[in-house]
Amino acid sequence: MENFFLDNETLKFHLMHPLMKKIVEMKECGYNEAQQYEIAPFDYDDAMDSYEKILEIIGEICGEIIAPNAENVDLEGPKLVDNEVIYASGTQQNQQSLINAGVYGMALPRRYGGLNFSMVPYVMAAELVARADGSFANIWGLQDCAETIYEFASEELKEAYLPLIPKGFTCSMDLTEPDAGSDLQAVQLKATFDEKANCWRLNGVKRFITNGDAHIKLVLARSEAGSGDGRGLSYFLYDRKDKAVTIRRMEHKLGIKGAPTCELVFNNAPAQLVGEQRLGLIKYVMTLMNGARLGVAAQGVGIAEAAYREALKYAREREQFGKSIIHFPAVYEMLGNMRAKIDAIRTMLYETCRFVDLSKLYEQLGKERSLTGEERSEMKHYQRLTDIYTPMLKLMSSEYCNQIAYDALQVHGGTGYMQDFPIERLYRDARITSIYEGTSQLQVVAAIKGVSNGSFLKQIKEYDSMEVNSNLAGLQMQLQEMTARFEKMCEAAKNYNNAEMYDFVARRLVEAAANIILGYLLLADADRCEKYTASARIFIGAANAQNFEKEAFVNSFSAGINEIYK
Amino acid sequence: MSLKIVVLAKQVPDTRNVGKDAMKEDGTVNRAALPAIFNPDDLNALEMALQVKEALPDAEILVITMGPPRAADIVRESLYRGADRGFLLTDAKFAGSDTLATSYALSKAVMRCQPDLIFCGVQAIDGDTAQVGPQIAEKLNFPQITYAEALIAVSSKKISLKRRLEHGVETVEAALPLLVTVHSSAPACRARNARRVMQFKHAHTPSELTGIARDYTQIYRQHPCLNIEEWNVQTIEADLAKLGLSGSPTKVKKVDNVVLVQKESKQMSDSDADVELMITELMENHIIG
Repeated sequence: MENFFLDNETLKFHLMHPLMKKIVEMKECGYNEAQQYEIAPFDYDDAMDSYEKILEIIGEICGEIIAPNAENVDLEGPKLVDNEVIYASGTQQNQQSLINAGVYGMALPRRYGGLNFSMVPYVMAAELVARADGSFANIWGLQDCAETIYEFASEELKEAYLPLIPKGFTCSMDLTEPDAGSDLQAVQLKATFDEKANCWRLNGVKRFITNGDAHIKLVLARSEAGSGDGRGLSYFLYDRKDKAVTIRRMEHKLGIKGAPTCELVFNNAPAQLVGEQRLGLIKYVMTLMNGARLGVAAQGVGIAEAAYREALKYAREREQFGKSIIHFPAVYEMLGNMRAKIDAIRTMLYETCRFVDLSKLYEQLGKERSLTGEERSEMKHYQRLTDIYTPMLKLMSSEYCNQIAYDALQVHGGTGYMQDFPIERLYRDARITSIYEGTSQLQVVAAIKGVSNGSFLKQIKEYDSMEVNSNLAGLQMQLQEMTARFEKMCEAAKNYNNAEMYDFVARRLVEAAANIILGYLLLADADRCEKYTASARIFIGAANAQNFEKEAFVNSFSAGINEIYK
Repeated sequence: MSLKIVVLAKQVPDTRNVGKDAMKEDGTVNRAALPAIFNPDDLNALEMALQVKEALPDAEILVITMGPPRAADIVRESLYRGADRGFLLTDAKFAGSDTLATSYALSKAVMRCQPDLIFCGVQAIDGDTAQVGPQIAEKLNFPQITYAEALIAVSSKKISLKRRLEHGVETVEAALPLLVTVHSSAPACRARNARRVMQFKHAHTPSELTGIARDYTQIYRQHPCLNIEEWNVQTIEADLAKLGLSGSPTKVKKVDNVVLVQKESKQMSDSDADVELMITELMENHIIG
């Protein structure tokens, strides 16, 4: 029996992080639901036991059903028949298995039929699904929309739609338009209020909509006629049963072929307002986007894990010059780096999940009673970390996912270029991760404020205050030196006194900060469990060398150099 | 009256991935070295029972397993997948039972449930006898359908099934009550359900509860389905002489380690004449027929 949760001990290591005690305690409000719900935990151990058991179920479905289906899903793909998307047969089986297992809606409160799980096991499930089939990770991951409905919609909408999620009703987030991609402020799809029918009406076109034929759609639209920017946009819920959307085409893509990507025409489609008018983009989409970026980061880790395993297996089996190719330095260096990069992005993935958990839990608590001063500052602290870690994580996870898929194919040599091995599909599936839900370039725009306002540096100092085993002291010193150099580099960039030049080197600054943070996270992992020492050493060594390069560039950058690139 | 279904399931050592230490010096199975699993065919049997329940939602599925105290895992696994209740048949006096003694004990246990339908796997991977199911049917005077592969239709009066036979398939219909042995080619059992896992992981036998610190008294009063009843020789009113070693006519005389070695080899070309020759020889040896 293949089980993607049980065959990867690192997942349990991250699930059992010491901070989980606090998260689960808050999530379960002191374990007071056990009387009301048979599935609610009695205490911390009971809750963690459930997390593990449910991840085991998902790991088994991933290993036994979703992964074996992935090749055919990629070949067959979804079909558009009479304005309806029919998933590939494998996708349908995947979906049905997860619905029957009762795992959809894991993160929703129990009163809406959810399991009330923390973000950590929820995102871990997304990683497992992505390792099995990157395209299916989208259909699974779009249940994130429920989170937005839960946080912002009226009680009436919540009661009508949230209980559908555990039943396997699918979602889509309809944001992009032909002329509004990265710049969502330019969204034109029109929303007008229909007094007679007492509902909103949507008219216009959406493009590149993943899972475009979903049951429940969250649509960004211009509700304020005559407005031109983000403040004129509101958020709407459209229900597929109203049959007022035409699927104009389904895209032919490089990868994630199992996930239908649609161009849609809204024809006077009835819709209901989510939350308040005019907060669509500036508040709700930003929140939804943070969740979606976490999802793509998990997808990146999952695809990277799958690619690494394919490369490792091939390198052990393939013999050249009388031995397995894994024994050649040029090959095992690639594999060691891949392992270290995966360990790095995975540890940041779950660190970010814990920040998201805590910031949401304090927000929730704040709705129930007034927070103490200490609680309020904890909430702000975790909100700030969520805001800067999410784009940094999405950047690093998706870029590493691509690098790992590239190297994993390289290990296969010419064979990898053929369609005979899964790595060819994984390489194609990896490519989208650094593009959708905000390109890498846009993640830099979001993360750079953590560099310029010193938030990353503050968190780095916080990591540095931990005491580590003496055998790790050398690595810690290396990170301290990197931090000192990073501060100088930031100073140099600030001294350009030129916004365009600063933007020009922004990616280098963000990546330099990320290298240090990933280094500290791996150091903490190595401190908690010795087996992560190898990855910590490999990663910090490489990151140090990389940061020298970035520093040399930023420190010697002078006025006008950016001009010559034009 | 709602349909009552009994599923018989066995906990077995996982003999599918056998390592060096799978057998002890004396030729018996080293159970400690092999993980204990749900007998694969019995999972197919549970799935077929669940399909019957889907067709007839009033039906109740009871799982009976016979084995040491830790076999309670089998009952929980069944509850996770959709069974309604489970019983563990456990008693030191059952130790050493062969298929005759086992089928006697199980038939006595099944009788307590008064089922309309009994499902069990064709065989267990530790003994591979495929005798227990048919023997139980004989003892209960139930008709039986063996090697079932697919459920075609079911009502509270009759069932129709597809059987997997050596040279093809056969569709049969029979009136209830009935015992069915289910073949490994039948649909695989569904995955555990998250909600049922979170609920039934607290299902325990009385002897398991003595080892657990948490006080379950109140929870069990509220949710009686979380009690896994333990049945022993007295509960099923069995005759001691028919159980264990004394009730087992099968005696293991000797166990041999079989090492397959290559005895002879022949090179054959791909010419038609050689292929013809090879086929003739294989047919004479009854390797192909």
